[in-house]
Amino acid sequence: MDPGQFLAIFISAVFINNVILSRFLGLCSFIAISKQTKPAFAMSLAVMFVTTMSSIITWLIYRFLLIPFNMTYLRTISFILVIATFVQFVEMVIRKIAPAMYRFFGIYLPLITVNCAVLGVAVLNSDMFFVQGKTVPYGFVYSTFQGICVGAGYMLAMLLMSAIRERLETCNVPKPLKDFPLGFIIASIMSLAFMGFNGFRF
Amino acid sequence: MKSLNELIKGLIKENPAFVLMLGLCPFLAVSVSIANGIGMGVAATFVLVCSNVIISAIKNFIPARIRIPCYIVVIATFVTITELVMKAYSPALNRALGIYVPLIVVNCIVLGRAEAFASKNNVRDSLFDGIGMGIGFTLALLLISGIREFLGAGKLFSLTVIKSFEPALVIAMPPGALLVIALLLGFFNLIKGRK
Repeated sequence: MDPGQFLAIFISAVFINNVILSRFLGLCSFIAISKQTKPAFAMSLAVMFVTTMSSIITWLIYRFLLIPFNMTYLRTISFILVIATFVQFVEMVIRKIAPAMYRFFGIYLPLITVNCAVLGVAVLNSDMFFVQGKTVPYGFVYSTFQGICVGAGYMLAMLLMSAIRERLETCNVPKPLKDFPLGFIIASIMSLAFMGFNGFRF
Repeated sequence: MKSLNELIKGLIKENPAFVLMLGLCPFLAVSVSIANGIGMGVAATFVLVCSNVIISAIKNFIPARIRIPCYIVVIATFVTITELVMKAYSPALNRALGIYVPLIVVNCIVLGRAEAFASKNNVRDSLFDGIGMGIGFTLALLLISGIREFLGAGKLFSLTVIKSFEPALVIAMPPGALLVIALLLGFFNLIKGRK
């Protein structure tokens, strides 16, 4: 196992190819929920958990079900079904075991099913860590790690954005630019800043 | 007449991208060139129309509590069909659109229309609603990808338009996409406010 590879995955997923700011995955939730820091933090924790778990589950499905039976064309349909079921399951478990946490996450957990970041990282893993129908060495570990890092990238963008927007609440913004357009402009400038990480080479 | 209304409302009044703000992820990611924009628009329209029709046809057989997973299965089936057809007949487009083709599954427009429209209306209206929404999405993609291709590469439909024009590369990159959509939304709000 190559430690450099981990660093490369981390830097790439969190900074260079940040899910939100450069791949545009999970943009809807990013714009809609980033008005205050607390819900933004809850949402990104939930996303991080689900991207990690779904990376693990979808890797196992791809490796041990789809490839042996030569059904890789069912990738999309099987991944989304598993993710949807898993999210529903987690919701039920959390509601039963930890009601306080359930209230903390609120509606954000079910929303994650249709968050493109989750399916995106699963598809990305199966593109990156499977070469011609075979898994690369330590592919499972890399996939899991990439799941964590994508979640971390989501959290970073979400926290930065919500902190900026909380301060902008009191500012005098031209009326047509209020709310969504302003959110996009901030995201654009943040994305520009993140492009600076492009120079990293490993 | 009612069907015609269902068709037309998706174009401007309830444009999925600019008014309903649905399906923005693929919208921003693939709008680098007009060719990509049209490819994505057509793929999404196909999925939207087919899933709308099927869902409104089987809506009475789906138990209300598990309707969302059922919708997702229908949608994912059509997305897989699109993906396979695109891979077979247009591999270059498939490479350009990359992971955003399978991601049509989680595109909020498709699921949103299934839940908000197809599950409550008959097959014919759902068909027209799907077509209208699909065309509206494609038109919005055409607009934004046209702007980005012109400003970012100095081209339209991959043809150079003005020779002496120095393109601003940043418009073709992720920050440009966010900036263009922010200004477009602001512009539409301005027009709406004037009326």
